[in-house]
Amino acid sequence: MTEADLVVIGAGPAGMSAARAAADAGLSVVLLDEQRKAGGQIYRDVVRAAKVRADILGPDFHKGLELVHALRHANIHHITGATVWQIERNTRVAYTVEGAASFVTGKCLLIATGALERPIPVPGWTLPGAMTAGAAQILLKQSGMLVENAVLAGCGPLLYLVAAQMCRAGTPPQALVETQSTANILAAVLHHGMGAIQGWRQLAKGLGLLSELRSSGVKRFTGASAIAIEGSEHVEAIRFTARGRRQRVECSTVLLHHGVVANTQTARSIGVPHHWDELQRAFVPEKNKWGRTVHPQVYIAGDGAGIGGADAAAITGRIAALAIAGELGAITQAERDAAALPLRRDLRRELAARPFIDRAYPPYGGALSPADETIICRCEEVTAGDIRKYAKIGCRGPNQTKAFGRPGMGPCQGRYCGLTVTELLAAANGLSPQDTGYYRIRPPIKPVTLGELAGLAKQIEDEKETAQ
Amino acid sequence: MKTASQLRKLADGSRLVRVTFAGTDFQLREGGNLAAEMLAAGIGPFRYTPVSGAPRNPYCMMGACFDCLVEIDGVIRQACMMEVREGLSISRPAAGEAEHD
Amino acid sequence: MESDYAIIGGGVVGLSVAWGLLKRGRSVTVIDGDDGSFRASRGNFGLVWVQSKGMNQPRYAQWSQQSVKAWRAFSDELRGNTGYDVGLEQNGGYDFHFSEETLAETVRKYETLKAKLNGDYPYEILGHNELRREEPEIGPKVIGAILHHQDGHANPLKLLKALADDVRRLGGRILNDKTVKSVSRTGSFKLECSDGTTVEAAKTVLSAGLGATELGPNMGFKAPIRPQRGQVLITEKLPRIMNRPSLIARQVEEGGVQIGATNEEVGFDDTVTLEGLAGLAETAIETYPVLGKAQLVRSWGALRVLSPDGLPIYQKSTEMPGAYLVTCHSGITLAAAHARFIPEWLEETPDAPDLEVFNEDRFAIA
Repeated sequence: MTEADLVVIGAGPAGMSAARAAADAGLSVVLLDEQRKAGGQIYRDVVRAAKVRADILGPDFHKGLELVHALRHANIHHITGATVWQIERNTRVAYTVEGAASFVTGKCLLIATGALERPIPVPGWTLPGAMTAGAAQILLKQSGMLVENAVLAGCGPLLYLVAAQMCRAGTPPQALVETQSTANILAAVLHHGMGAIQGWRQLAKGLGLLSELRSSGVKRFTGASAIAIEGSEHVEAIRFTARGRRQRVECSTVLLHHGVVANTQTARSIGVPHHWDELQRAFVPEKNKWGRTVHPQVYIAGDGAGIGGADAAAITGRIAALAIAGELGAITQAERDAAALPLRRDLRRELAARPFIDRAYPPYGGALSPADETIICRCEEVTAGDIRKYAKIGCRGPNQTKAFGRPGMGPCQGRYCGLTVTELLAAANGLSPQDTGYYRIRPPIKPVTLGELAGLAKQIEDEKETAQ
Repeated sequence: MKTASQLRKLADGSRLVRVTFAGTDFQLREGGNLAAEMLAAGIGPFRYTPVSGAPRNPYCMMGACFDCLVEIDGVIRQACMMEVREGLSISRPAAGEAEHD
Repeated sequence: MESDYAIIGGGVVGLSVAWGLLKRGRSVTVIDGDDGSFRASRGNFGLVWVQSKGMNQPRYAQWSQQSVKAWRAFSDELRGNTGYDVGLEQNGGYDFHFSEETLAETVRKYETLKAKLNGDYPYEILGHNELRREEPEIGPKVIGAILHHQDGHANPLKLLKALADDVRRLGGRILNDKTVKSVSRTGSFKLECSDGTTVEAAKTVLSAGLGATELGPNMGFKAPIRPQRGQVLITEKLPRIMNRPSLIARQVEEGGVQIGATNEEVGFDDTVTLEGLAGLAETAIETYPVLGKAQLVRSWGALRVLSPDGLPIYQKSTEMPGAYLVTCHSGITLAAAHARFIPEWLEETPDAPDLEVFNEDRFAIA
C-alpha cells in the first residue's frame, strides 16, 4: 500500500487510539511502528506480558490491552517493525521493514512518537550497567527480566513504579537515591494547594507506591546531590551526597531517571516549530487544540506533543483523529465538536496533577549543569566543558557547537544530548533556552543503510513515471 | 567478555537456540529481544566506542540511544530492536574494535 | 576608528581574510550571523581540490594551485596557535569514471589546461586494475580514475573552529548573532545591524556568502551570485575503506564516509530530499560496493555560493572606495589563499596577487 487517508507514526497509546478512532470514522489508516508488537513503550508487548506478569506490572498496564485489541479493524493496516527515517512533502513517509525500504503517502499524518527519558548526564552514565529506569521496565515487560543488585537514582513517579515492581517480583533495589527534596514537595503543595486534588487519582497512585516501598524496607535517600557512578569496565558503585555526607552504595546496575520529555525528532525533521516549556523544562511542538501543526496536514498527539502520560495520550490521539476525520470530510464539524467535548473534559482531569508532579520532582540540577569533565554526548563523547569552551568562541546555538565539536552528530542524532546542550549554552551565554534553540533535525530520523536507500531510487523513478 | 548476569529471568517456556557473539556460542531464548537476552547471558560489553574505545552496553532499550550496536551480517544494528534467531552470528562493530587495544 | 577592517560574514572566507589581516597587524571586527543562518562553511564537502577547476580559465586553476600549495603551512600555523588539527591530507584525489568516453574526454581537457599551465598539472590515469591496487574496495563498474596529485581534503568544521579561535586569540573582535542591515560611508564606514549595533571601520570586506546578494548592490557591487543546493550524506564510523578522497566520497578522519553531492537549482531551499539521498547512495555503492551495508547517520543540504561562471569574485567597489567583495564557492580550497594573499590585495602591497580576471567586469551585460 502506498497511499492512505491517514498515516500514523507510533503504536503507543496515542497512535493506537487515533488509528481506531480514524478507522471508525471510515478513514483508511496505515499505522507504522518500529516495534514488532503494538503498545509503545508504556504498554510494551502488553498482549503477552499482561497474561504472564500482571501481578508485577499492576492494573494500569492492562489498559493497553484494550487499545491493542481495538487495532483489529478492516481500515487499519498496522505495519510492524517499521523504522521511519524520512518524511518529505509533509506526508510522504519513508520507512524500512526487515532491510527493505518503502514509502507511504497519507492525506494526513499523525506523529505519535511519544517520549524519551530526559538525558541525565552524570559521571559514569555511559558505563555498562548504567541504564534508564525505563530500560528496566522494558526488560521486565518484554523479556520478563529483573535487574538485580541495582540502585535507582533520580526522581519522579516512574522511579517509584519501577522500584515497586522490583519489590513485588522479589528483587528489591539496593537503594533509592532521590534528588528532589522535601522543600520541592512542599513548594509544589503550596503552589497548587487543593488544586492538585483534581488529579487526586494520580497522586494517590504515587502515595500507594511509596507505602509499598516503605513496607518493603528499601533504603531511601532524598535531596541527593553530587551523584557519580563508579566503575572501570562496568558499574561497581554509586556515590552521592545525602543526609549531610558522602554516601557510597555498591551495586552492579544504576537505573537513572528524572522525568520524561517529548521526543521531538520526527516533528522537527519536517520543520514543526517548537517552544520551550518552562514547567516541563523541555521543548514542545507548537500545535492547536486539535493537535494540528503549522503544516495543515500534520498532527501531533500523545507525549510527543508535551508530557501528559498514557491516559492523556490516548485521549489526545482520539481528539486528533476527530479533527482529521472532520478535515477529510468523513464527519461533520458538528459531529467532531460533539465527540470532542467529553474527551476534553477527561483530558483536563488527566492533566490536573501534571504541574504538581513537575514542581515536586524537578529535574536533577547536577545533570542539567554537569561538571566540565562529564560526557554529555554519549555518541561523540563530548563533555560539558567542551560546550562551555565553544560558547566562549562564539557559539550561541546548538548547531554551532555541533559543527565545532560534533555533539549531536552521532547515530542517536542528539536524542540524549540535545536538551543538555541547549541548557549549557543558555547558561553560558546568559540567554533563554528558547533563544538558544535546538538542533536542526535532518533525515534520516533513524539510520538507514545506503543499500536500503539506493533500493528506493527505482521506486521513486517509477512513481514519477506514473505521475507523468 | 562474559560477566555474571545482573538479570534474573522469570520462567517461561521458550526454546533456547544457539547464537555466537565474538566467536563464542551462547544459548538464548528464541524470539526474545536480542539485547535483553545478551545481557541476561552475561555478554558484554556489546561494543567499544569508535571515539575513545570505551565499553558500552544497552542504555535505553527502546531504540533511541544506539549504545547496543552490534554487527550482524556486515550491518551494524541496534540489538534492542532485534529478535533472537537461531544461528545469529554477532560481533562487535569493527570501527570501535580497532581503536580498542 | 573602531577597526581598520569590518568583515561582514564569519564563515571560512571571512575568517580566513580576518586572520590574514590580523597577522599583518590590522585591527578587525567580524560580524557573524546566527545559529540558523545559511552557512556554506558548515555544509561543504571538505575537499582541498585542484582537478576539474578552471577548465575555461587557467588563472582559476592556478589560483587554486597557489592556495593548495600554501595550505600545509597555513594548517600547521593554525594547529600551532590553537592546538586544533584541521586534518589536512594532500596525497592526491580521484575523479572516477564509469565509461571510457568520459575518461578520454576529461583527459583531453586536462591536457589542454596542462599546456596553458606550463605543464604544472600533475595527474595520472589509473585503469581499473591499477586503481584497485590503490583502492581495494573499488567496484567493478569503475573503469578507471584520474589521480591528481595536488588534490586532498581537510576537516572544514575544524578549520572553521580553529579560525574562530585564532582570530579571537590574535585580537580580532567577532560579533555573533548579527545581521548587517546597511552599510554607509562618510569618510569611514558605518555598518548598522538589525539589533541596533553599529560598527565603524576604515575599510569593509563583504564576505557574507549568499548574504551578499542583499548587501552587495548597496555597496556598489553587482554580486550576481545564486544558491545551488548540494545534498551530502555521511555514514556511521567505519574502519578505513578508502585511501584518497574523490568527487564522489571521502572518508573523514573520524571514520564516517561522506558522500556528495547533488547540484540543484532550487533557490533558498536547503532541505534534503528522498530522491537526492537515494541517488547519491546509488552512485556511492557503485563506486564502493561495501558501502551498501553502511548505515547513513546524517544528511544535510547546503547552499553553494555560485557566481554565473562558478569562479570567485574579488572586486573593489568604485562607488564606495574601501569596500571589497570577496566571495567564492570553494572556500575551503581557497582558505589558504584568502589568508595569505587576499590581505596583500586589500592592502595593495607590491606582493598583491593579480586578481584582474576575477572582478565583476566579466559579468557585463553582453
